[in-house]
Amino acid sequence: MPNESGKNISTAALFTQEALFRLRVSDVMTRNVVTASPSDTLRVVQNFMKKNRLSGIPITLDNRILGIISVDDIIRALDFNYIEDRVEAHMSRNMVALEETMPLSFAVAYFEKFGFGRFPVISPEGLLSGILTGGDILRALLQEVSAEAERLSSSQPHSIVSPRALYRSFEVYKYDFSNAGKASQEIKAILTEAQLAPGLIRRIAVGSYELEMNLALHSDGGNLSFSMSPSAIDIIARDNGPGIPDVSLACTEGFSTANDWIKSMGFGAGMGLPNVKRVSDEFDIASIVKLGTIITARFFIPPENKGSL
Amino acid sequence: MNALEFATEVRLHLVAGVDSLAIIETGYCSDLLSDAIANAPVNSVFITVQAHKNTVAVATLVGVPLIILCNNRIAPLDMIDAAIDKKIGIAQTEKSQFEISILVHTILTQTR
Repeated sequence: MPNESGKNISTAALFTQEALFRLRVSDVMTRNVVTASPSDTLRVVQNFMKKNRLSGIPITLDNRILGIISVDDIIRALDFNYIEDRVEAHMSRNMVALEETMPLSFAVAYFEKFGFGRFPVISPEGLLSGILTGGDILRALLQEVSAEAERLSSSQPHSIVSPRALYRSFEVYKYDFSNAGKASQEIKAILTEAQLAPGLIRRIAVGSYELEMNLALHSDGGNLSFSMSPSAIDIIARDNGPGIPDVSLACTEGFSTANDWIKSMGFGAGMGLPNVKRVSDEFDIASIVKLGTIITARFFIPPENKGSL
Repeated sequence: MNALEFATEVRLHLVAGVDSLAIIETGYCSDLLSDAIANAPVNSVFITVQAHKNTVAVATLVGVPLIILCNNRIAPLDMIDAAIDKKIGIAQTEKSQFEISILVHTILTQTR
């Protein structure tokens, strides 16, 4: 298999990466947030910071976040002698907040991108629910790694597959954007090696990629399996929720439940399931709300092995 | 035409090299990856603003040898790594999708 580029990465590094995708911001953030109100003076905020050893404090009103005051703001206030002013006149209003449901990998990317030391976290209702610092992330990862080390020492590693197996199974994690697509690439490599017709390979690759992305974008995580018999190839996506309330609507082109940041990455245009249906020879979907969804896409291998798109 | 020749001809700033054996026959312009995976022709140059790793995954799956990122979008390092691994070229340009599409079209039709 050509797809072996990750082999020199240590197991611990791979595990850390996996944990970054599995954990949500809400799993890791500090929940008891010290806040100040817009009518407090900068002096009050300075004392809060000193007392709680914080380098930044969100400013809220009725649990809605209005701005943030950092140590830099306080230093400036002392320099220019306005420390007794009210907070609202000087707080930074241009803020970037994280959402509770975002994977930790997104949070890490935000730290790199914006260079801030902390991000306020907002609930789906838009209320301040916590704060996330680099320290929170490190602490969570250390906990995860040591728990995994304990688990490994008491059990055998799972998922050992032979390169020529006709059955493969891939775990797909929610919002794991940077690994999503790997399963499909591996499936494509198997098919290329099996010398199927390029058109057929492409149809299968499209189907499996869409199903894989669906698992990452819309499910709470699941499993993508690939099986090949001499006559057909099945790609099956299973997940454990949240289920699709209206299956026929979900299969309608243009219908999407994706949020804005999924859309900003070029997904969530409502083309996924229609694409899978279009490229596959047989398509089946079963879904129960809260329990999960199983989607099967079957591709027949013609006797003369000539796929066409 | 040969992908390397094509890149030189369009004067692209490559941040990940193209496969010197790859061929470019046409182009496809979209910012929706689901649309690209459904419709981008094999051996096309993919013109987009989607500067992230998933674009490389889509390119690999559909057989696109070269991605052009428009409007000064910068390819993140993990995207470049993935592209090098999969032998897919990435170019960055300050031009818009529209401008680069015209350029690509002109060059591909001139050499036909």
